[in-house]
Amino acid sequence: MENTNNIEKTHKKEEASTHKIGIYLWIWTLLFVLSFFSYMVDWYQFQGMLRWSLILFFMFLKAGLIMAFFMHLFWERYALVNVLLWPMTAIACFIFLMAAEFQYTLFSRLFYFVVGGGA
Amino acid sequence: MSEPKIDGFELKPGFKGMASDTASDQTMFKGVHWGKAMMWIFLLSDTFVFSCFLISYMKGRGSTPVEWPNPSEVFALEAFGVPVPLLLIALMTFVLITSSGTMAIAVKYGYEKNRKMCGWLLLATALGGLTFVGMQAYEWSKLIHEGVRPWENPFGAAQFGSFFFMITGFHGFHVSIGVIFLFIYTYKVFAGHYEKGKKGWFTKLKGDYVEIEILGLYWHFVDLVWVFIFAFFYLW
Repeated sequence: MENTNNIEKTHKKEEASTHKIGIYLWIWTLLFVLSFFSYMVDWYQFQGMLRWSLILFFMFLKAGLIMAFFMHLFWERYALVNVLLWPMTAIACFIFLMAAEFQYTLFSRLFYFVVGGGA
Repeated sequence: MSEPKIDGFELKPGFKGMASDTASDQTMFKGVHWGKAMMWIFLLSDTFVFSCFLISYMKGRGSTPVEWPNPSEVFALEAFGVPVPLLLIALMTFVLITSSGTMAIAVKYGYEKNRKMCGWLLLATALGGLTFVGMQAYEWSKLIHEGVRPWENPFGAAQFGSFFFMITGFHGFHVSIGVIFLFIYTYKVFAGHYEKGKKGWFTKLKGDYVEIEILGLYWHFVDLVWVFIFAFFYLW
């Protein structure tokens, strides 16, 4: 019983992904609206944490919509989705490492510009 | 994209499905065309390349004590005598998203074997990509004219030019390759190669409209990278 339910569900998913143009038009519109919003972040010259968090929020939303619906990841099996998404954690680690690194570089540059190098 | 059916093998959904797919002693990506799996793996490696570029940009920008050029002034464009911040970049984003949308719908019509619609939408996508490359060429020549070089620029920190040319250049190169392939596939679709069962790329097997989806994956990826470049390079 549960099995047939699942088959029906997957069948419905398939129809949504291959037969309806509406979903693509919706995502398309959303991408335009989100791009407009992220442009507005610059237009109104928001600064500081508000600017950065808004930029990141709109960026991840847009990236997620493109990957999930335009690239069909929403409808793919988890075997493929997980192979693609888990490596992103390595990139996140790299970002944290390099963020620590640039702070140290900046610190030592400023320090030696003031104190002077050598003995 | 369609749910696969394999005789004598139950396809479970979710993480259980992932475990049984991976341990099935068969192909791991059930119902995924080999070309599509290869394109995804290529895109994954490409993601790492672009990530390294953007991370090196973060490192370079973060570690210089000299002030970074203000992107909304550097990339401003005069419209009717008034400087509008990031005008060209906003238009480029608009064009690229438009072409991404036409591509997504082209894939849909391809799977429905609607040859004409698929072909016209692919052509529209190719023209959108061409427009993007043209605008980028204009942007580059404008900045080069203003004295931006990989080693110096009149606006601020000297590293700005090298990161700008490397990151947008590599992205523009991807767009250009995409445009070439979009034109080739527009021809293939209009010529009815998939109805005739002509062979596909790098294979003796018959071509199929799944190739349009594979091309679409590449094109959406180019758009995806632009989302990140737009956020980190132009807005940040």
